[in-house]
Amino acid sequence: MAKLRFSLVAPERELYAGEVDQVIAPGSQGQFGVLAGHAPFMTTLQEGEVIVLDGAKRRVFGIRGGFADVTGEGLTILAEHATEATIQ
Amino acid sequence: MASLKDMRDRIGSVKATQKITKAMQMVAAAKLRRAQDAATGARPYAERMAAVIANLAAGVSGADAPRLLAGTGSEQRHLIVVATADRGLAGGFNSGIVRAARDRINTLLREGREVRIVAVGKKARDPLRRLFGTRVVESFDLSATKTLSLEAAQPVADLILREFDEGRADVVTLFYSRFRSVISQVPSARQLIPAVVEAGARPVDLNGAVYTYEPDEQSILETLLPRNVAIQILSALYENAAGEQSARMQAMDNATRNAGELIGDLTLLYNRQRQARITTELIEIIAGSEAI
Repeated sequence: MAKLRFSLVAPERELYAGEVDQVIAPGSQGQFGVLAGHAPFMTTLQEGEVIVLDGAKRRVFGIRGGFADVTGEGLTILAEHATEATIQ
Repeated sequence: MASLKDMRDRIGSVKATQKITKAMQMVAAAKLRRAQDAATGARPYAERMAAVIANLAAGVSGADAPRLLAGTGSEQRHLIVVATADRGLAGGFNSGIVRAARDRINTLLREGREVRIVAVGKKARDPLRRLFGTRVVESFDLSATKTLSLEAAQPVADLILREFDEGRADVVTLFYSRFRSVISQVPSARQLIPAVVEAGARPVDLNGAVYTYEPDEQSILETLLPRNVAIQILSALYENAAGEQSARMQAMDNATRNAGELIGDLTLLYNRQRQARITTELIEIIAGSEAI
């Protein structure tokens, strides 16, 4: 399966950059998932969780504010505040 | 002529000063690394933001464009934001920024524009108050902020946006020091409002597909532009922080070297004087013994 290039960037630093299978993000008009080859799409984000799925790995980031930008090159999430949730 | 004891004291005091400048240099060097990492870490966000805004701005034009992008149609009222460090002893770092801002303000005043000033950092507030008095409408002190984050930049951005929304400013320009390298910091100006769309921002390749916006282009742009003001300020603060440390490191390195030279000169003089005194004493003794 084709991989999606994904980066999660906060104003202070880049939290995640790499190729993943799928990303689920909290759009202001509802949660959405992005796979590789998604149509160009841009949305503002609401407070919530960004879930990054890559094979069996799963990472969760809590974000607040910002927006997501899907282009032919991949997905970029610019979050005003972002922290990685610790895995239980 | 100074006595030998005076000279010993003088050498001692220069040595003590040198120890301090040396320590300050090493502290600045350590802090520089952190500040530099933070500045580079903050770059991707600002760059992506600029690219996205450039992208959106291309699609929104004419009367629809938000005022933060299109401006008010006037250039009469200027708000000048000057960001410096809170502490001195950093060579010409702070004064360079203030001088750049002062020149711009004076030009604007000569052109008959209205100018209001916001000072960020103690070393901006004091000289600007002295130069322009009540034109300084607000000042921020960031010396209590340990690590820079969006929270530090937000109050400044809020004030700027309020001034703009309430019609007290048409153009907002930010003065800060661009961190080009460890040995080069350039006092620079950046126009915050109306937003400058970077020509260099690379257009996103769409492969012919239609871009979907949620909610819609206009509203996204309207949320992004105010945020961008805060981001721009934050990135300027990061550049300043890195520049301040490298300027201080350099200034203290120079000071340490100067102190070293001074110690060398003074020691030479001291030894020569001591030698001269011994010689005089010997001559006196010999002359005395010959006389007997």
